[in-house]
Amino acid sequence: MEERVERATRASHAFALAAAPALLALVALPWWGDAGWMRLIAEMAYYLALAQLWNLLAGYAGLVSVGQQAYVGLGGYALFYLTGAQNMNVYLALAIAGPFAGLIAIPVSFAVFRLRGAYFAVGTWVMSEVFALSASLIAVLGAGSGLSLTPAILRQISPDRGSRDAILYLMSLAISVAVCAIVYLLLRSRHGLALTAIRDSEPASASLGVNTFRTKFIIYVATAACTGLIGGLIFLQKLRISPEAGFSINDWTVVVIFMVVIGGIGTIEGPFIGMLVYITLRELLADYGTYYLILMGMIAIAVMLKAPSGIWGWMVQRYDLQLFPVGRRLVLAPPTRPQTSER
Amino acid sequence: MSLLQTNNLSAFYGDFQALFDINVTVQQGETVAIIGANGAGKTTFLRAVAGALPTAPAMVLFDGQPIGHQTPHEVVRLGIAMVPEGRRLFPSLSVEENLLIGGHSERKGPWNLKRVYELFPRLGELRHLPAPALSGGQQQMAAIGRALMANPRLLLCDELSLGLAPVVIRDIYQCLGAVTAEGTTVVLVEQDINRALDASARFYCFQEGRLALSAPTKNFDRAAITAAYFGL
Amino acid sequence: MEWLNIIIQGSLLGGIYALFAIGLSMSFGIMRLVNIAHGDFIVLSAYVALVVTQGTGLDPISSLVVVVPVMFVLGYAIQRGLLNHTLGGGLLPPLLVTFGISVIIQNGLLQGFGAYTQRLHEGGIETASVRIPGGISIGVYPLVVFAVAVFAIASLQLLFYRTGLGRAFRAVSDDADTAELMGIDNRKLYALALGIAMIFTAIAGVLFAIRTIFDPAAGPIRLILAFEAVIIGGLGNMWGTLIGGVVLGVAQAVGAALSPTWQILAGHIAFLVILIVRPSGLFPRTKDL
Repeated sequence: MEERVERATRASHAFALAAAPALLALVALPWWGDAGWMRLIAEMAYYLALAQLWNLLAGYAGLVSVGQQAYVGLGGYALFYLTGAQNMNVYLALAIAGPFAGLIAIPVSFAVFRLRGAYFAVGTWVMSEVFALSASLIAVLGAGSGLSLTPAILRQISPDRGSRDAILYLMSLAISVAVCAIVYLLLRSRHGLALTAIRDSEPASASLGVNTFRTKFIIYVATAACTGLIGGLIFLQKLRISPEAGFSINDWTVVVIFMVVIGGIGTIEGPFIGMLVYITLRELLADYGTYYLILMGMIAIAVMLKAPSGIWGWMVQRYDLQLFPVGRRLVLAPPTRPQTSER
Repeated sequence: MSLLQTNNLSAFYGDFQALFDINVTVQQGETVAIIGANGAGKTTFLRAVAGALPTAPAMVLFDGQPIGHQTPHEVVRLGIAMVPEGRRLFPSLSVEENLLIGGHSERKGPWNLKRVYELFPRLGELRHLPAPALSGGQQQMAAIGRALMANPRLLLCDELSLGLAPVVIRDIYQCLGAVTAEGTTVVLVEQDINRALDASARFYCFQEGRLALSAPTKNFDRAAITAAYFGL
Repeated sequence: MEWLNIIIQGSLLGGIYALFAIGLSMSFGIMRLVNIAHGDFIVLSAYVALVVTQGTGLDPISSLVVVVPVMFVLGYAIQRGLLNHTLGGGLLPPLLVTFGISVIIQNGLLQGFGAYTQRLHEGGIETASVRIPGGISIGVYPLVVFAVAVFAIASLQLLFYRTGLGRAFRAVSDDADTAELMGIDNRKLYALALGIAMIFTAIAGVLFAIRTIFDPAAGPIRLILAFEAVIIGGLGNMWGTLIGGVVLGVAQAVGAALSPTWQILAGHIAFLVILIVRPSGLFPRTKDL
């Protein structure tokens, strides 16, 4: 009897085949869509990236952070400060924004890693408040009113509005796809296996030689850096940043968490679905103030109580699907049905 | 009608099956021993009876009534009390407070603080100390006293001798004799086979979640017990 | 004398922070549950008081007669109906469900009352002050709030250490599994715990809203202040929480003396310092972090 370790599933092959032309269509959007569509898709793209990152942190590394908005703000402020006060080229500034946020995450982790579980969550929130308050007190960062991007900075991207929109859109798409790819590849690697082990049982994985602290630390810093990059990108498109907007828990954390929870925490497919649910609800209920948030809150609660693995988790249990294969399956006999499967 | 009867009792921890079709009967007033190696399922059995492990209702019958689906606190109200493995006294409570917690369900019966202190005079002297300050043997007495405060008809004792010196174990089993003299039915889980068999009229031997042997203890062939114990 | 003034004002400020923290501390001590919506319940209490005072003409303190029972019932219902079902499933469900509740309360209040800031008015006591030797004047109101905090903690200690219910709370907090085996109905006890916690939350909400303006989004900062008081003081110790509140208040007073905009940040910094230097807090009784 021969043995093989397989990664892909039939469904994942089918998905890859279907996804390629869809992605191509999205890339071509500047030529067949208008500015409104580009803005919406760009928003969906960066929310998806934020959701994948939060999912990596909370769903895989077990670090439930309610303070990731800190890095969104840090990345945004880094971009504005470097392009403004330091006269740096906008692309260079954007490239620095991410690593800057990651650098800040290092001392932050020393403080917050002292806490566990829900206390860790609130601790990360406190850190974000510290950054927001600090930003509101620093004059060169515009204090309470914040900073704006000057037309000169925008012209560095492109002199005309149309191509600038297209470039920013494509950048959002590229960075989001890159982040999703990084998350996917990470989870496929042996680091991903380590993460799943840590998530399932930290003491057990530690006893097997998994360096849990270092793994969690690396994930935390890497996620912060990527979040910072996305933050820079977001505020590059928003043209203004203020302490309230940059470090807004509502804008950058609440909806992201809802997306991941409703879609399916601990899966790569989950954030996709969650993001689609959020955007749909928001667009549908746009005329009714913040009722869509109340609704999302209720759905998130219902999902947590009735179907804790989210919409995707429920579908996986029903139909045994996996579109982004991160598990390994031991196949004991050629073709036909695999004997065991892991996620 | 027997006081306790389990019918094809099976129990699971998630996907893992810990008990397979266990049939145990305990008559009113009896002392029954359950022996077996580590991991045989003895504690799982007690927990299933006590309601801490969900089972189908009819798998556990108490006084003829199905109780498999009841929660632990409901089971206490019905008259089953547990002396948990490892004592499990409440560390931030004093000895007396631990005993009073035992009486939380307010069941009527012969046992109250005064009677428990009569049974275990040493506890009376230590009553205001925090539970962790007691020695192992004293803690075991306190745990038994705590269970008695619930005035149970059925007392489940999990590994009374665990971690205790032989002379202490002897004292505790003597006190247990006073309890059964009141007519309380006792199910005794023990790894110390001799102790268990000396104290009981009948025994069951578990092996990897299954019933390997059940018989009266009097004059029973020890070799046969050893074989069943180790699954030989 | 300036420093004495700062310390006194800061210490009195600690009273309201300790009051904020009581409910949070109870939730964590008994149910092992960090209620992310805790701050929003404080604000919700203030809004309930607003409705009662506007509807009946009662003053805010008297409105507690209505607010306290309402919040008690709400806490009991939420624990019994919602939060009890999140326990035993790991860290995520309770955290995410209380997070969801937080968002619902905030946006519900926003939709219902608008984003305008509100205030409760208790009349003269808000601005009254007494003079003590050394030329320092102390606000009567902060003194009253501090006294209420001390009284609240004392009565809770009485509950925990002198009553059967308190004994059951402590047993469940020690070992919920064994507590159930002893005949304690954990689910009912948890619901009662949140209900009682809500009593103190309601008092905190009304007292704070008399002194400070509030709006639907005022919840999170209250949660953070309560959290900081608990962590600084040390888990599992109510009097420690009072001291934690005082430390927080004094740190904030020091920051405010340097510059008013530094007040909250100074508190955060004190919290972070304690977290790094002494993670289990000043007077911890449990090690559960």
